[in-house]
Amino acid sequence: MVEWIFLIPLIVAVALLFLPHRWGTVAWFATFAATLVSMILAIIVFFKFDPSVAGIQFEHKFVWIKSLGINFHTGVDGINVGLILMGAIVAFTAACLSWDIKTREKEFSILLLLMSGGILGAFASFDMFFFYVFHELALIPTFIMIGVWGQGEDKDYATFQITIYLTIGALITLAGLILLYIYTGAKSFDVVEIRSWLNNNILVTNHQSLIFSLLMIGFGILVSLWPFYSWAPLGYASAPTPAAMMHAGVIKKFGLLGFLRICIPLLPIGSVEWMHIVAVLCVGNMLYCGWVAMQQKNLNMLLGYSSVAHMGFAFLGIASLTAIGLTGAVIIMIAHGFLAALSFALSGWYFKQTGTLELDKMGGLQKRFPFMGSILLMAMLAGCGLPGFANFVGELLVFFGAWREFAFYVVIGAWSALVIGAIYMLGAARKILHGDVPPEFSRLRDAQTLWRKIPYSLLIAALLFFGLFPGTLTRRIEPSVKIILKSIEKNEYSVKPKPAAPVKLKK
Amino acid sequence: MNAGALIVEISAAILGLTVLIIGVAAPEYLKRGAGLLTLFGLCLILLFCFTLQPYFIEYAFGGAYVMDGLAVFAKKFFVIAAILIVLLLLAEESKSKPVPCEYYALIIFALIGMMLAASASNLILLFVSIELVTVSFYVLTGFNKNSRLSLEAGIKYLVYSGVASAFLVFGIALVYGMSGVTGFKEISETLKGKTELVHSPLLQIGFGMILVGLGFKIAMAPFQLWVPDVYQGAPSPTTAFLATGSKAAGFVLLIRFFLNAGVEVTTQWREQLIALSILTILYGNLCAIPQRNVKRLIGYSSIAHAGYLLMGIATLGIDGVGALLYYLFVYMLAVLAIFGVLGAVYSDNGKGVYDCDIGIFSGFHKRSQFLAVVMTIALASLAGIPPLAGFFGKFLLVKSALAASSISSSYYYLIAAAIGGVAVSIYYYFGIIKLIYWDEPRQDADKLEIGIPVVVLLVFAIVGMLYWGIMPSGLFESAKSAANAIGL
Repeated sequence: MVEWIFLIPLIVAVALLFLPHRWGTVAWFATFAATLVSMILAIIVFFKFDPSVAGIQFEHKFVWIKSLGINFHTGVDGINVGLILMGAIVAFTAACLSWDIKTREKEFSILLLLMSGGILGAFASFDMFFFYVFHELALIPTFIMIGVWGQGEDKDYATFQITIYLTIGALITLAGLILLYIYTGAKSFDVVEIRSWLNNNILVTNHQSLIFSLLMIGFGILVSLWPFYSWAPLGYASAPTPAAMMHAGVIKKFGLLGFLRICIPLLPIGSVEWMHIVAVLCVGNMLYCGWVAMQQKNLNMLLGYSSVAHMGFAFLGIASLTAIGLTGAVIIMIAHGFLAALSFALSGWYFKQTGTLELDKMGGLQKRFPFMGSILLMAMLAGCGLPGFANFVGELLVFFGAWREFAFYVVIGAWSALVIGAIYMLGAARKILHGDVPPEFSRLRDAQTLWRKIPYSLLIAALLFFGLFPGTLTRRIEPSVKIILKSIEKNEYSVKPKPAAPVKLKK
Repeated sequence: MNAGALIVEISAAILGLTVLIIGVAAPEYLKRGAGLLTLFGLCLILLFCFTLQPYFIEYAFGGAYVMDGLAVFAKKFFVIAAILIVLLLLAEESKSKPVPCEYYALIIFALIGMMLAASASNLILLFVSIELVTVSFYVLTGFNKNSRLSLEAGIKYLVYSGVASAFLVFGIALVYGMSGVTGFKEISETLKGKTELVHSPLLQIGFGMILVGLGFKIAMAPFQLWVPDVYQGAPSPTTAFLATGSKAAGFVLLIRFFLNAGVEVTTQWREQLIALSILTILYGNLCAIPQRNVKRLIGYSSIAHAGYLLMGIATLGIDGVGALLYYLFVYMLAVLAIFGVLGAVYSDNGKGVYDCDIGIFSGFHKRSQFLAVVMTIALASLAGIPPLAGFFGKFLLVKSALAASSISSSYYYLIAAAIGGVAVSIYYYFGIIKLIYWDEPRQDADKLEIGIPVVVLLVFAIVGMLYWGIMPSGLFESAKSAANAIGL
């Protein structure tokens, strides 16, 4: 069943290739229907998922290339079930909003479907080869979308920058994954098989360290870990709305999932060795990129930097290597997926109405847009981590996880990042929504039909739902996270010397 | 003698001579059928190739000619390449001027040379077969007598190739002088365990000279200087055959000689091979960036691909050779698809024919949706983007090099160079894709009409790139079993 969540968009994408060029509207309806079906399937899978079972559910597996040990192995566990739900919902809203694309609709629909099918396939894959290939399948359309449908003067530069940067990241990841395959004796790309091999064998520390560093840089580039983030802000600012939503919201989470799916369970020693470096780098994300975001005059650039900054919290949770921190990281991944998609959707809508995203030229728009203004305010509040939104839950858990594990300055850095986040988010909300209405905006009107409001409402509803009922997520995530951490505990003694048992002195 | 083992080559020779005779003696209306006859004959030969038993090793001419898994795989490869080239020629023929029968005959003779090279198990046959290929190409590159560029290409190819052949034959003489034998099997037996002989300077120089001679054929840096000019000047079908068939023949001989006959020497050369591979990858990719002529660009990118393929040799292992053979095949599909598109685009301007300026691709998707898609997929496959076959080829090569990294850490530099090379190559491949899709078309551009032969060629290439990308196991297994024939 899980495989249909991503196969349906891919199959429809291939079918659309044969559609006559003029039938753009038909292509849009097909995209809408395909993403709708895949979203419904994802919702069913999410609620049918049994939290009490820790292993993989809805499993599907067949051998693809036997001599290389590559399997087509998909399914859901606690970690990816929420991500798939998030990805499918965001894909659906992106498909709704792609209605506004009025040039070459057919090609856009195909690329959007490839993107959503690809990334959902990567989320669902338990085989490193397909994990990689599906992600790449989702990544390539991003480049083309920015190039063809993108906006802004630096569009061409942004296209080439993001293409080359992310390709290098992906290739480094690939090298790491292949090394992992070679150094484990399991002769398999299947994560489950490697894990069962590791139960009885151990990977040499040097190898673990090497592979982890490669994967850290590769995944780090893909998730915009500081200092590998510079592709992100301009890339998002230039991308068409649905592409920015999909990439910032969903595709970027691939790297974080890679840490949870591959690095921590398969490279426990490497993780313990390197994670404190990740923890320091992610403070760079939170503080530096947050600081840069504060200086931005353009809403899109601000959102781009803030999405980089938010990744810092997810990294901090992962780096804590505690059950509570990892759970928080997964929740942040899901919450930020909704939030990033929502904010880029909003900025696309505002740009269409006002023709500008310069914060200084906007103002007083709450009066003109009672509905969209409220949504924007809610999104900004969710971005600063207000209780009631899912982001708050994730950040809180990450703090709990980080508090005990890290040096004081890391925690202080993360805490100040929250303050910085509040400053730029609320500052932007003030500049856009409050104050006097510039005369040229006096004739603007709010989103009229219910149809226009649905995508935004859906994303806000998801944020509120998981904010108010975080148990739906934590119950599912926690058992799987504990399984991941088992490998760390098992290898703990080989890294950190345990304190010797107290000697009892004989009297 | 066992001449029966050569049945494929013999039938191809009969076909070539028939076409040649038709060109000289037959009336005009028969001459026009020469292309179709060639196509038909080659298809029959291909069918026959599929009946050959790859697991049954057979020798002929006192061990000079061998029929094993690698030979069968390579022969199929060459025949398929030749068939696709003939399709290119037929397309050109249906469009403008008739193609002389000699052109078809020369293609077939070059093909025979390649097929002999696939089976060469002796230094003499190695030299003879590679010379047969080269001499055919002397004529093929300079075939356009009215074009200055084509003549320039012909002269350049002649001079460079002559020097390379001189190196090759001198190297052969030295190796023979030191080892006293010419058969590959005998050479490897003679060298086995004799450290003194293996390390003797004359033998090493001999091996080096053979590497130079073959390196010229595969466009390995630093013997790649001829590539851009010849690729640009030669008629498109010749360039296509040079980039696929001739290069593949060079690689098959490299595999046979360096990984089978001279493996004792080659294992000493691990680092040097890695360095050559790195140099080739970087040179090809970096020089391709500023090119404005598509055929020149393909020339530089073919140097880069020679570097990737050389990774397979540099690993000195079965996995590497299997990956190389797989990569050769998918590389051929992509290159021939590109040349199919080029033929359709450039031959319609009537004059000069050979200004392959890249600018003609701006807004190309408005001129022909189909050709634009083909070009995009072919470039993406060359760049190594999943799920196309080119990705799986690069995946296999990188995997084999990483697997060898436990032997020598220099392989990490090779991987780094390959990754950097791929990133650079994405820049210039995407440059063309960008032109195709998001620039405005030229004023004088009109809709294109595409002949049936090109459609057949392009559909085959596209289906192949997609099929072997999504379902690579069949081709991968046969490449692997072909590589097993080396017995490293």
